[in-house]
Amino acid sequence: MATSHSRVWQRATVTESDALTPGIRRIVFEPQRPVKVEAGAHIDVKVTIGGATDSRSYSVVTPSDEGRTITISVLDSPQSRGGAAVMHALRVGDTIEITQPVLDFPLRIGAARYLLLAGGIGITAIAGMASVLRSIGADYTLVYVGRGLGEMAFVEELRREHGQRLVLHVRDDGTPLDVATLVGSVDAGTELYTCGPIRLMDAVRRAWIERELSPANLRFETFGNSGWFDPQRFVVRIPRLGFETMVGTSETMLEALESAGLEVMSDCRKGECGLCEVRVLHLDGDLDHRDVFYSERQKDARGKICCCVSRAVSTDLGRPGPAVVTIDIS
Amino acid sequence: MRETTVNKVLGHPLNAWYVAAWDHEVNRKPLARTVANRPLAMYRTEDGRAVALADACWHRLAPLSMGTPEGRDGIRCPYHGIVYNSAGRCISMPAQETINPSATVASFPVVELHRFVWVWLGDPTKADPSLVPDMHQMDDPAWAGDGLTIPVACNYQLVLDNLMDLTHEEFVHSSTIGQEELSESEFVVTHDGDTVTVERWMLGIDAPPFWLANMRDRFPGFEGKVDRWQIIHFESPSTINIDVGVAKAGTGAPAGDRSQGVNGYVMNTITPETDKSCNYFWAFMRNYRLESQVITTKLRDGVSRVFKEDEDMLVAQQAAIEANPDYEFYSLNIDAGGMWVRRILEGKLAAEGRLPVPAVSVA
Ligand code: FES
Ligand SMILES: [Fe+2]
Repeated sequence: MATSHSRVWQRATVTESDALTPGIRRIVFEPQRPVKVEAGAHIDVKVTIGGATDSRSYSVVTPSDEGRTITISVLDSPQSRGGAAVMHALRVGDTIEITQPVLDFPLRIGAARYLLLAGGIGITAIAGMASVLRSIGADYTLVYVGRGLGEMAFVEELRREHGQRLVLHVRDDGTPLDVATLVGSVDAGTELYTCGPIRLMDAVRRAWIERELSPANLRFETFGNSGWFDPQRFVVRIPRLGFETMVGTSETMLEALESAGLEVMSDCRKGECGLCEVRVLHLDGDLDHRDVFYSERQKDARGKICCCVSRAVSTDLGRPGPAVVTIDIS
Repeated sequence: MRETTVNKVLGHPLNAWYVAAWDHEVNRKPLARTVANRPLAMYRTEDGRAVALADACWHRLAPLSMGTPEGRDGIRCPYHGIVYNSAGRCISMPAQETINPSATVASFPVVELHRFVWVWLGDPTKADPSLVPDMHQMDDPAWAGDGLTIPVACNYQLVLDNLMDLTHEEFVHSSTIGQEELSESEFVVTHDGDTVTVERWMLGIDAPPFWLANMRDRFPGFEGKVDRWQIIHFESPSTINIDVGVAKAGTGAPAGDRSQGVNGYVMNTITPETDKSCNYFWAFMRNYRLESQVITTKLRDGVSRVFKEDEDMLVAQQAAIEANPDYEFYSLNIDAGGMWVRRILEGKLAAEGRLPVPAVSVA
């Protein structure tokens, strides 16, 4: 097991960069210290945005050649917080700091059946799993969902590799995915691996819970970077500290609080662990919960928020201007 | 190439099945066992399936082997109560309403065969159950016997060396199975793929005490000369089954007629624990007097005393290796079998990208 949970930083050189679709670039690195990449692995990349250093996580495309090259694919969209633009600007010969592959989304060998579900750029993590399952002769179906064929990377390669096992759902072609039907087809021996926008993953989770399937068989990874709404600017107030700041579209609430000098506890910074919880005292607007820590019930109550990923949005404010969330921190 | 073939101790291939435990050792209550430097928590599910999870909770790395069985196939961490299923997926986080999707521990492929629980720590897509070494005498109705585990404070490779060259019996086991004919007789070494065989016959000799007693179990009051054989079968990475026995001299044993003799199989499979320790699983199986538990117990205890002599030597050898890091191994012709074993293991390690092996550390 070459891939580990630890983050080991190293330099890497860009050896290829090309456009797969108008919004997606495929970027290939040659890392300083190669280790074998397993399906489901991701790397963290150091990016400098507006002078500040930050890191972004990208899933690694189908592992190859013992990790001597690492391929990622990066989507630049309105949802992006600036990392994607930095990645898209990389040119052959540039060097950048990346981690050795980290495996938080492992594929388990030995399930009776597999259902792989990729939404949009989520195909990056899922494609490698499909290759492994094909190579060991497993029983699997690869479902790939997107808005339009022109925006979906790797379609031809996947068709060639997986033939009948690939099922495409393309909204613009009138073949959208019906999540309830898909999850309805799953039996107790099936493991579902999914990566994609949070709307898709939330729908799958809901259908999964409704069908009372084992939560252990629903595997997903999110880097907390997609929401129900595009990111907006919003105001955060902490009356106890007489504090107020504006959270910009390319930063998280946690980052905004930290750069204002406040001490906020956090760990995973991708909406999983719940350590960055803040209490919501008052809300002018709505919350875009992007975490997977809270249950539906807790999210609907709007009393707490994982500030590392979740945001406030100004839907139905009935007034101009950004949403305002009044919180307290511990 | 000297740098590789006489590396004093070798690393261990990971793409291989190793015995983690005897079948009877793995129960509902978790067991802690380290295999190839990986601590494991082993237990059985309600329907009897053996499970091997990494013995460190995802949360704070508390050992799951100190935990308790939970539900049909789960285990509960003893520290903050997180529950994992047999696939290593978290199925309960007591302090929250959801489950963190990252919360998993590795679950390693397991096969139960020949009275042992085997585990695969390398690439799980290569974990083919048909690759488990052949130890069928362990539970074949034509054979009877029993064995034990010896935890040895030495690198597993030293045990392989020990078993691939039995001339040491003359010196280490002089009171039981040793005799000078061992060093004097010719031996033939063959190798093929992942196996090595060393065959040695000693014709018309006196039976040493261990073998005389066995002959008398089958042929009461036996006296006289015997033909003795030792046919050592190695199968990668660390299983050595030794076909041993004696027959009344001149009754045709070398040509295949063993009817006038007693035949045993010394089953050995050595599991690296750390780089400086191993668990040596062995059994002595026989194909005569199958009904006698007295003989089973007597043979197990007798062989156990013999192997204690090996253990003492191996531990002393490992200590001497560590105390003399600047000294090398040199070879004799009797090392041919062991040297083929080393070459096979080096091939496996190279295929896994894990050669050259680090020098022995003196830490
Ligand atoms: S260390 Fe296992 S639950 Fe906390
Ligand atoms: Fe011995």
